[in-house]
Amino acid sequence: MNEINDTVCAVSTPPAAGGISVIRISGEKAIDIAAKIFQPFGGEKVADMKGHTCVYGKVVYGGERLDDALLTVFREPKSYTGENVAEISCHGGVYLTKRVLRACIESGAKPAAAGEFTKRAFLNGKMSLTQAESVMELISASGESALRSANGVKEGRLFRQINEACQKLLSLLADLAAWNDYPDEDIPAVEQGSMETALNEVSSALEGILLTYDSGRIFRNGCDTAIVGKPNVGKSTLMNMLLGYRRSIVTDIAGTTRDVIEESAEVGGVLLRLSDTAGIHTAGDEVESVGVDLAQGKLENCELALAVFDSSQPLDGDDRQIIDSLRGKNCIIVLNKTDLGVSVDKSEFAEFPLVVEVSAKNESGMEALENAVVNALGLREFDPQNALFANERQKACAAQALKYTQAAGEALTCGETLDAVTILIDKAADCLMELTGEKVTDAVVEQVFSRFCVGK
Amino acid sequence: MWNNLIERGRKMPFTDDFDIVVVGAGHAGCEAALAAARLGMKTALFTISLDCVANMPCNPSIGGTAKGHLVREIDALGGEMGKAADATFLQSRMLNLGRGPAVHSLRVQSDRVKYHAYMKRAVEHQENLYLKQGEVTAVTFENGCVSGVVTKLDTSYSARAVIIATGTYLNGIVHVGEVSYASGPDNVLPATKLSDSLVEQGITIRRFKTGTPARVHKRSIDFDKLEKQDGDEKITPFSFTHNEGEKLENKVCCYVGYTNEETHRVILENIERSPIYSGRIHAIGPRYCPSIEDKIMRFRDRERHQLFIEPMGLDTDEYYLQGMSSSLPEEVQLEFLHTIKGLEHVEIMRNAYAIEYDCCDPTELLPTLEFKKIGGLFGAGQFNGTSGYEEAAAQGLIAGINAALKLQGRQQLVLDRATSYIGTLIDDLTTKGCSDPYRMLTSRSEYRLLLRQDNADMRLTQVGYDVGLVPRGTFEKFLEKKRLVEGEVERVKKVNIAPSQGLTEYLESVGSEGIATGAKLSQLLKRPHVTYDGIIKFDDSRPELPDAVREQVELQIKYEGYIAIQQEQVEAMRRLEAKKLPQGMDYSLVTGLRLEAIEKLNKIRPLSVGQAGRISGVNPADVNVLLVWLEQHRHAKED
Repeated sequence: MNEINDTVCAVSTPPAAGGISVIRISGEKAIDIAAKIFQPFGGEKVADMKGHTCVYGKVVYGGERLDDALLTVFREPKSYTGENVAEISCHGGVYLTKRVLRACIESGAKPAAAGEFTKRAFLNGKMSLTQAESVMELISASGESALRSANGVKEGRLFRQINEACQKLLSLLADLAAWNDYPDEDIPAVEQGSMETALNEVSSALEGILLTYDSGRIFRNGCDTAIVGKPNVGKSTLMNMLLGYRRSIVTDIAGTTRDVIEESAEVGGVLLRLSDTAGIHTAGDEVESVGVDLAQGKLENCELALAVFDSSQPLDGDDRQIIDSLRGKNCIIVLNKTDLGVSVDKSEFAEFPLVVEVSAKNESGMEALENAVVNALGLREFDPQNALFANERQKACAAQALKYTQAAGEALTCGETLDAVTILIDKAADCLMELTGEKVTDAVVEQVFSRFCVGK
Repeated sequence: MWNNLIERGRKMPFTDDFDIVVVGAGHAGCEAALAAARLGMKTALFTISLDCVANMPCNPSIGGTAKGHLVREIDALGGEMGKAADATFLQSRMLNLGRGPAVHSLRVQSDRVKYHAYMKRAVEHQENLYLKQGEVTAVTFENGCVSGVVTKLDTSYSARAVIIATGTYLNGIVHVGEVSYASGPDNVLPATKLSDSLVEQGITIRRFKTGTPARVHKRSIDFDKLEKQDGDEKITPFSFTHNEGEKLENKVCCYVGYTNEETHRVILENIERSPIYSGRIHAIGPRYCPSIEDKIMRFRDRERHQLFIEPMGLDTDEYYLQGMSSSLPEEVQLEFLHTIKGLEHVEIMRNAYAIEYDCCDPTELLPTLEFKKIGGLFGAGQFNGTSGYEEAAAQGLIAGINAALKLQGRQQLVLDRATSYIGTLIDDLTTKGCSDPYRMLTSRSEYRLLLRQDNADMRLTQVGYDVGLVPRGTFEKFLEKKRLVEGEVERVKKVNIAPSQGLTEYLESVGSEGIATGAKLSQLLKRPHVTYDGIIKFDDSRPELPDAVREQVELQIKYEGYIAIQQEQVEAMRRLEAKKLPQGMDYSLVTGLRLEAIEKLNKIRPLSVGQAGRISGVNPADVNVLLVWLEQHRHAKED
């Protein structure tokens, strides 16, 4: 939970692929943080800006110019939250907005919890009493949504990796606790070497997470998507429909190459990198078996499969083989050719949560497909910003934890006493456990009792 | 039956009138009664047997990891345990030396009989305090508050506050193999009526279990086959008031032995005869203090378990077998002890046993240790679900202080988690509760580096003085120590040390690098392995200072960075702790709280938002809702 005297930031406009996005920073250091990443074209000093003034300039972070934007400054108490507030209005787009948001976080702001601006506004006397009830409801609702989001996140790869690192720290802490709390028992001494190894492992795991994991990855690099299905179900028509869709927005995304654009399409705000389907088109002889083989090959490497079936025909053996190979995959069942009438038995797809009907020829059903893509990629149930927030929060926690793990390793190496080193490991574990809301002391005591044989 | 007692209690004139009655004269009861009486309250201390005042029915030992911290905190606040331990110890060791000051822990082996005699005398000599033999069978109530107690002999005493410190006596049942009988510890009579009177008032009573090992005769131990364990050469006293001139000496040795495969075989073959494994005991035993059969069942792959052979006193040949607690039949106890090297011919004097007893649910207590439901009724010690003499004494002290402060109309004492292990212990109990007997551990404190045993006086003497338990003279000595520490810390931060051949040699000898230009003394001291005493040769302006002062200066400088990290955590905690929640409110009326949170908050009734946040089942969103609600509440009051 953020402290009331932390400076927090969030995207305060609804997330959308186009339009203007506003990133709001609120708190004592809001203007200092804005000054770190915003350079007015007129050479004005952000720190000297008066309240209720606005300048045009560029957002620069890590030496890279992210966007041209407007910066509006509000000084306490004359702002929405009653605190210092800086608002950066940039060119929008989910990916770009996120990068600006991250620049704020890396410059010292903490990700705001949902409802936090409103809560601060209330606590700073900027709202009437009658509004208080609704604020509490909002916080409560956002708590539930954060919980859902956290639960969603718990199934994610990032969470698993972070959790592994956390368990390693806890196990080390339990070793130390048992050894220290039961000095007379037969408990193995915690050797400096094994501690160093454990800390190094955690450090590199966290470094790896921070380097490779980027919650904006799907937006920037796209998601590997395979279109599979037996021949003549309309895969190529679907491909064309997707490629024709919102193509202009795709080209707006920075860092994507011409090649990628030709094979990529934005669907539901997400960039899908569509597999080359040439192989399927030119399968030639032994059409039936080759088609299935290829579908299976594609399936192994993709992050999302669009499995296309001809809805005007009952399923045959090939279709069923494809269904078999889809089990356990992240996939969307696309029932194509609805313009020819639906004669397929839909109960055959009962085990798949995402089934959409389209007519690629008539370009109908696109909206349903878009929703299905968002759902399939786990961006459902809450708005994308919340999902991003959950990931940003995890990253922020991992970064803090890395800082303390490294400090613990250094302290250990240069011969600091173990109690001091333990304080740093505690802090590192604390950062990671913030995600699940557990307490380090409780978890350690629990482990001591379950793993060690101690007593009178 | 119990209504009769009330009736009779009311009709019958009170035999005597007290401000405070303490039920039970164990480690909790003695501290409670002494504190209350010292704060000017006319106090009665009841015990079933005057010969069992401050008895040690289990290990004759005071201190140990985190427990030693508790004793020093009790001492700093003006309690008695530290002084009693210093006066009656047989062997003293500072545990965990070399693992850092936060986990240094003092432990002594005590003379059980002398400890009892010391504490009994302290109680007897205390003005305002009346030590009485008698079993309290009921607490009487009027209008939701306590009004007095009734004893087994139907004698009534009036009291404005009652502290329950019944240890393992309350409906105690001893189990040895297939045999069980109603008994308190050490075969003293149990207290069989009191629980009913508490249950009538809506207090939850639970069953916990603990156990103790056998005591054996010295002449039957082959000490040559055991490892010897010596005490420290330089002995640190528990009490900060200990006179430096008075010499402390170890009087005995302790010994270490090991179980083996044969021991384990005997136990496993007879496991069905243990009342726990046969299902005859349903109460919950402590996880940290398992019986030997538990250890063997739970950790099957361990080839051996350690045991300590410790004398019970100078005037007895009884030895205590630490680590061998058991509830197996006596002949099985003898059989498995005989498999242990050094104990082949051992002669049991008192058998090991398990004991079941009644205790309360500490989440029904306020952090002052007063019951939420009943004004003037306090709980302390094992009755509150803890285990250990030190945990008991710590709670007794706080309950005694708070009962007195309440009657005097003064603000009661709640120590927060960052002040002390005592505060941590009571916060854990009253906020999270306990599902098995609670033992203090250093790992339970998130502020370990601040809560060291060496600085308990720095943390708590002022508090004890403000309460009125620390005498003026002691307080002045403390202020002088504090002044010396602060002055020296300041000097160390200012003074520069010039580079020299000698200094370089010293620094290199401890694995550090020499210096080319002058450096601040404090910077050098922060280096690992550089010590305050080691660097004295190069520090010309150093004043003569007592050991305790030098220790504080060294630690404060050396751990400055870590202490700062902890201090930040403390401040964050205290900001939420300062947000007080009104008592007696109905949380279901707060919009936006989740159902689970409402249920827990209504049960625990936290004093502050900080405490609310530590309740399991209250999540950060609920804490935010509470913050907004508090603000709204404040506005509403102002309007």
